[in-house]
Amino acid sequence: ASWFPKVCVWARKALNLLQRNLEGYVGFANLPNQVYRKSVKRGFEFTLMVVGESGLGKSTLINSLFLTDLYSKDYPGPSQRIKKTVQVEQSKVLIKEGGVQLTLTIVDTPGFGDAVDNSNCWQPVINYIDSKFEDFLNAESRVNRRQMPDNRVHCCLYFIAPSGHGLKPLDIEFMKRLHDKVNVIPLIAKADTLTPEECQLFKKQIMKEIQEHKIKIYEFPDTEDDEDSKLIRKIKEKMPLAVVGSNVVIEVNGRKVRGRQYPWGVAEVENGEHCDFTVLRNMLIRTHMQDLKDVTNNVHYENYRSKKLAAVTCNGIDTTKNKGQLTKSPLAQMEEERREHVMKMKKMETEMEQVFEMKVKEKKQKLKDSEAELERRHEQMKKNLEAQYKELEEKRRQFQEEKANWEAQQRILEQQKLDASKTMEKNKKKGKIF
Amino acid sequence: SSKNHPEHLSSYMSEIVPPEVRPKPAVPAKPSHVAPPSRSALFGYIGIDTIIEQMRKKTMKTGFDFNIMVVGQSGLGKSTLVNTLFKSQVSRRSTSWSRDEKIPKTVEIKSVSHVIEEGGVKMKLTVIDTPGFGDQINNENCWEPISKYINEQYEKFLKEEVNIARKKRIPDTRVHCCLYFISPTGHSLRQLDIEFMKHLSRVVNIIPVIAKSDTLTLDEKTEFKQKVRKELEACGIECYPQKEFDEDMEDKSDNDKIREAMPFAVVGSDKEYQANAKRILGRKTPWGVVEVENPNHCEFSLLRDFMIRSHLQDLKEVTHNIHYETYRAKRLNDNGGLHPISSSGQDTQESNL
Repeated sequence: ASWFPKVCVWARKALNLLQRNLEGYVGFANLPNQVYRKSVKRGFEFTLMVVGESGLGKSTLINSLFLTDLYSKDYPGPSQRIKKTVQVEQSKVLIKEGGVQLTLTIVDTPGFGDAVDNSNCWQPVINYIDSKFEDFLNAESRVNRRQMPDNRVHCCLYFIAPSGHGLKPLDIEFMKRLHDKVNVIPLIAKADTLTPEECQLFKKQIMKEIQEHKIKIYEFPDTEDDEDSKLIRKIKEKMPLAVVGSNVVIEVNGRKVRGRQYPWGVAEVENGEHCDFTVLRNMLIRTHMQDLKDVTNNVHYENYRSKKLAAVTCNGIDTTKNKGQLTKSPLAQMEEERREHVMKMKKMETEMEQVFEMKVKEKKQKLKDSEAELERRHEQMKKNLEAQYKELEEKRRQFQEEKANWEAQQRILEQQKLDASKTMEKNKKKGKIF
Repeated sequence: SSKNHPEHLSSYMSEIVPPEVRPKPAVPAKPSHVAPPSRSALFGYIGIDTIIEQMRKKTMKTGFDFNIMVVGQSGLGKSTLVNTLFKSQVSRRSTSWSRDEKIPKTVEIKSVSHVIEEGGVKMKLTVIDTPGFGDQINNENCWEPISKYINEQYEKFLKEEVNIARKKRIPDTRVHCCLYFISPTGHSLRQLDIEFMKHLSRVVNIIPVIAKSDTLTLDEKTEFKQKVRKELEACGIECYPQKEFDEDMEDKSDNDKIREAMPFAVVGSDKEYQANAKRILGRKTPWGVVEVENPNHCEFSLLRDFMIRSHLQDLKEVTHNIHYETYRAKRLNDNGGLHPISSSGQDTQESNL
């Protein structure tokens, strides 16, 4: 047949490719280790945002996920503090485990959905995410890019109240506006309020509504690895994850577990049959943290960047707030940067001089004060000494007087004695006594 | 009852209520602190005490109305709770998991009536649901439709009362009790809760309940209840039973006990499970069964006993004697004493009061 030689050629080519085996050990198999070592040294950064109405257990879940008391009695979570408008707050914590260092930033949004009128309560959140993108964009566009901290929001956990019915208009609105800007992972909060059947139905309903409204939640990447893809399929079936959080450790049948104690039983946080907390934790921290960062970088950030740059180049005039660094040529940019730098230096110099002056004045003043103090004390001591001297003089005089008196007395006594002995002699002579 | 009933001009004709005696509650009888009236020696048995039996018979024949309104965000278990309270499917379940009816854009008022019977006593129970309350993004003034509805019912009753030719039994559609469902956040009341209760506690009897309380542990429950009570006090919101309407010391001590236990933390369920060789209403979770009628698990039985077994009549009386009277007085004063002539009532002649 005519196809046979063609197939032979093809096969040979393929085999050639396959046969590019190495004749010796080159060593680039070690590359992953090098990357690993470098990363470990550098440490990792991860920014996690939590959004949801107050009272849905966000703070507790964060504490449970990272096994730290990010929110504790001394620094209570935002729900415990009263707030009137939606705030965006950020807390940083450094976690070390097995030599690996993670700088975790938790962005919280207290006040979200709590007011009577919640229109536009998502605006502060969007503004925050955009500002982080902008910072990164500016840092990336500089000529001097040595330090580029990555503060972009890598993942947004959205908490859905366990009503059992479906999504609320606020949920839908928020997710629609944010699915293009950040990886949105919806969670069912306080899931111990639902029975397993209710939970299943609720999840189905939510996924249906998410599809209806074309909301793009975070999708797990496909892998070629069979095992991984099985795992991923399992996770996908469970979306949205129903979680329960707790920082309290309770004893159940001799085991110590984290859970919530009810009169009718203990809901265990880490039990896969009770809730999906372990799935969330494994996915978020153990398997997909890097992927979340990658998607943020490659998809969401790039979207933002292209939109921003397109707006600039399209109009010529920059309609959005922009430091204007993208329209200049690198040389001009460099000049500007240099000028900026010089200005900064000058400012710092004048500041330092001011501070120095102030300090000198302070020191002088202090020295003067202490000098005056010493003078005073000197005076005081002199006075004391004089007083003592006078006292002593007085005492001496007295003493002299006494001495004189005593001597006078002694002389009188002596005289008396002499007189007495004389008379005794006389009497003896007279032989009257004895 | 005849038209010449002299005592209560404002008594509702649906049942005859003697001045002091309340219908016997199903709970163990309270010790009587009322000194018996001085008895003149009766020379034989007259039979005055059979009036109680006569009233009972009449009441059973005529039956009575009870209107309960449930307010709260969707998904707080309102319909389930009402079904559990009256042990029958009286509430229109807002979802059968198909959600064909989306959340309405404005607050709607939907009422469903059923006649239920127990021990020969018939009750026409009307459940008034308020879907859409608190579900929007912007919930400004979402209590207004509710307030309007309640006042409309008072207006209807007033119109009937003021007629020259009155009906024998004025249909009572006034809301006797409003169950307000608080979301079990465990932190505090939401702004919307406070606004609603502020606006409506003077117009209708509000009983706040903590919904889906199987999400709170015992400590969280106690803490949350205390916080809620404090907040209500701080905002000057008086829920039923209101302190000012306690009639005597016995009332006060009973009601004080109830006020201490409010708001009731409830769990509703219409499914039965087997536990300890009995069939009980509950919710089955992988870590245990939440028993609805077990006072250690939740306070549903407290709520039910309070609302139905001891204070049902009182709820109606307070609505009639106080809330309705307030409305009536305001209406008559506002109109300078003249009742506006209704445009539609052609067969009723209206009196000039």
